[in-house]
Amino acid sequence: MRVLERLVVAVEKPLKEAVWDCRMCGQCILHSTGLSCPMRCPKNLRNGPCGGVRANGNCEVYPDKRCVWVEAWEGSRRMPVFKDHIEHLQKPVDWQLQGTSSWINLVSGRDHEAPKGWEGHARS
Amino acid sequence: MPGPSRLAELLRDGRFVVTAELTSTNSADPEATWRLAEVLRGSVDAVNCTDNTGAHVHMSSLAAAHLLVEKGIEPIMQLTVRDRNRLALQADLLGAAALGVRNIVLMSGDDVTVGDHPEARRIYDIDSMQLIEVAAGMRDRGTYLSGRTLDQAPSFFIGAVENPFAPPLEFRPLRLQKKVRAGADFIQTQLVFDVPLFARFMSMVGDLGLTDKVFIIPSIGIPRSARGARFMREKVPGLHVPDSLVDRLEKTPPARQSQEGIQIAVELLNAVRQIPGVAGVHLIGIKWEEGVVQVAEAAGLLPRPTLSPLATVGGSR
Repeated sequence: MRVLERLVVAVEKPLKEAVWDCRMCGQCILHSTGLSCPMRCPKNLRNGPCGGVRANGNCEVYPDKRCVWVEAWEGSRRMPVFKDHIEHLQKPVDWQLQGTSSWINLVSGRDHEAPKGWEGHARS
Repeated sequence: MPGPSRLAELLRDGRFVVTAELTSTNSADPEATWRLAEVLRGSVDAVNCTDNTGAHVHMSSLAAAHLLVEKGIEPIMQLTVRDRNRLALQADLLGAAALGVRNIVLMSGDDVTVGDHPEARRIYDIDSMQLIEVAAGMRDRGTYLSGRTLDQAPSFFIGAVENPFAPPLEFRPLRLQKKVRAGADFIQTQLVFDVPLFARFMSMVGDLGLTDKVFIIPSIGIPRSARGARFMREKVPGLHVPDSLVDRLEKTPPARQSQEGIQIAVELLNAVRQIPGVAGVHLIGIKWEEGVVQVAEAAGLLPRPTLSPLATVGGSR
């Protein structure tokens, strides 16, 4: 890893872990998910909740925790901008970016690269 | 090579369809699957083959679906993103197409922690929404997710699921819309017990204009006993079984509980049928194929329509 990236990660990781319980997927979509990190979902769902959410809004897998996507929906309603981005179809996770800086990937455009056969954006 | 999806033709023809879930087997003998499927022959339009349902291992949905194709019973192959990464999912989709499977239903899947291998690693390489887009890409653009070209594209009728009863309730119709945009042709819902809540969901879905774009097929559960209803209420993720239903079965003498279960299912079926946008019903007997047939009969859904030149499921070819 380049020195610059290591320095950025040294700032980004503790900050985002503290604020959003970030998992450093390297392709941040927090603004589309009401500032609730979807990688905290045990199923890593980036397009909405699964069908297993409990009646009280808690997670199927961790009964004592709020569903990440219940928080995402509520968070998105409170956002002054990007509110409807929760309706966007999110491309598959690029697992090669795990642990890298999403800030650098955003600036370089690396986090916008989708597999060649993915045309989800065309329809959404 | 089998023709196009009969289920798709019936739905596009405006028929009220009936599908059912086949109990998954744990036998290396294909007869085990065929015996159960034969019970459903002629009573339903297509049969769902589940993919490690409840996160318990069973024979693969791909194999079960192919066994049904062999017998001329139209399958709907369920596929979860829980147990396979994007390579395996695409490989199985293409293999299914080559084996004559036309209908697929793509979903997240119950978590491994509710199953018989709770210690297993869950995969979730891509999510159900993305898998719908991938399957649509294979069909419509003739490519894998990587962009590599298929020699022959599959002709899938793509299904997805939705749980209208799980929070966040206001987001559920929008999530359904995402699935339709990704490429879903039909939706099978979670079991409906709360009819007013389902009607509210359908009205929201209708407001989004989705009932013109996707066929929505609610699921009706057929409780066989008070014990079965209690199990559903307590153990099945995402299922919201009202206490009144469990009470009703508990007050019924054990010998008559299965008949009461049929009656409950018929009442629910007749109620959801009245809701605008409902294109059919999916019957889930929970290890009770005979119950499916009895409900279809009692609800006046038999005989199933014949769509010329294709025959009814199990009819002559």
